[in-house]
Amino acid sequence: MIAARYLRNIGALTEADCLLLKDCRVFIAGCGGLGGHLLSHLLRIGVGHITAIDSDCFEPSNLNRQLLCTESTLGCSKILSAAQYAAAINSDVSFQGLQMQLDKANCDALITGHDLVLDALDNIHTRRALAAACDRQNIPLVYGAVCGWFAQVSVFPTGSVLHCMEQIYPKDAVLKDKACLSFTPAMCASIQSAEAIKLLLGKPSELNGQLLYIDLFTSEWELLPLLV
Amino acid sequence: MIEVRLFATLRKGRGKIFQLEAAAFSSGTQILEYFNIPLDEVAIFLINGFHAKPESIVKDGDIVAIFPPVGGG
Repeated sequence: MIAARYLRNIGALTEADCLLLKDCRVFIAGCGGLGGHLLSHLLRIGVGHITAIDSDCFEPSNLNRQLLCTESTLGCSKILSAAQYAAAINSDVSFQGLQMQLDKANCDALITGHDLVLDALDNIHTRRALAAACDRQNIPLVYGAVCGWFAQVSVFPTGSVLHCMEQIYPKDAVLKDKACLSFTPAMCASIQSAEAIKLLLGKPSELNGQLLYIDLFTSEWELLPLLV
Repeated sequence: MIEVRLFATLRKGRGKIFQLEAAAFSSGTQILEYFNIPLDEVAIFLINGFHAKPESIVKDGDIVAIFPPVGGG
């Protein structure tokens, strides 16, 4: 019998899907603009085991877009806030919060044992390290990135995660624009979450090896190949 | 003609779609110079929908699409 809290999942998902999600293990890298929304979606749909990592604390500039950042959490650890949010939204979910920096040296050990990695990071260097670790650990990655009115989402398949990341970020690429509006990470994380659920349930994804680029200012959506 | 499509922040002060005389451009690098786009502001450079390096040769009829790095979380 499905728990009442998941009744509105049924129809879009089957009871068997919901039971499957309960056994899934997902790693969220970053708990800022994207990570907060990703956590919320996975908690509410009922992914059973979630690990999230972030070393930062909330600051005033996070208030315009980060779901877990409120005036009362300013100065607090993002991971502690994530843990409190997880307990408040779905206490059946096993949540592990890691308040530390993700880096090349610890990536493999931290992501191993997870079914899926969600990239919600904010820098190219760590994204590359995470992608390389995913290839070594044979874990697919759902990529998301935002800037201003723009978002990019993709599913990087196992064995091609670093290749896909390098198609998006060549060696010399530098992130200069730090602008970001509240609806951009919210939408990006929603698409990432939908792709994550499809992957966990073994359903096909049109974004597998393809980059969805979205311009919310002009309402343009472009699909770019990553595997060729 | 070579069609050049700029995306995201690359449109600021430049525009969206351009038709360039093919005779004046032999490489993607020349196109970037024409638009005054630094190399580190180019993440994805496509010629006719295929990933290419900016220094790749371009020719009449090509469609070039240029995207800047988007990497915030």
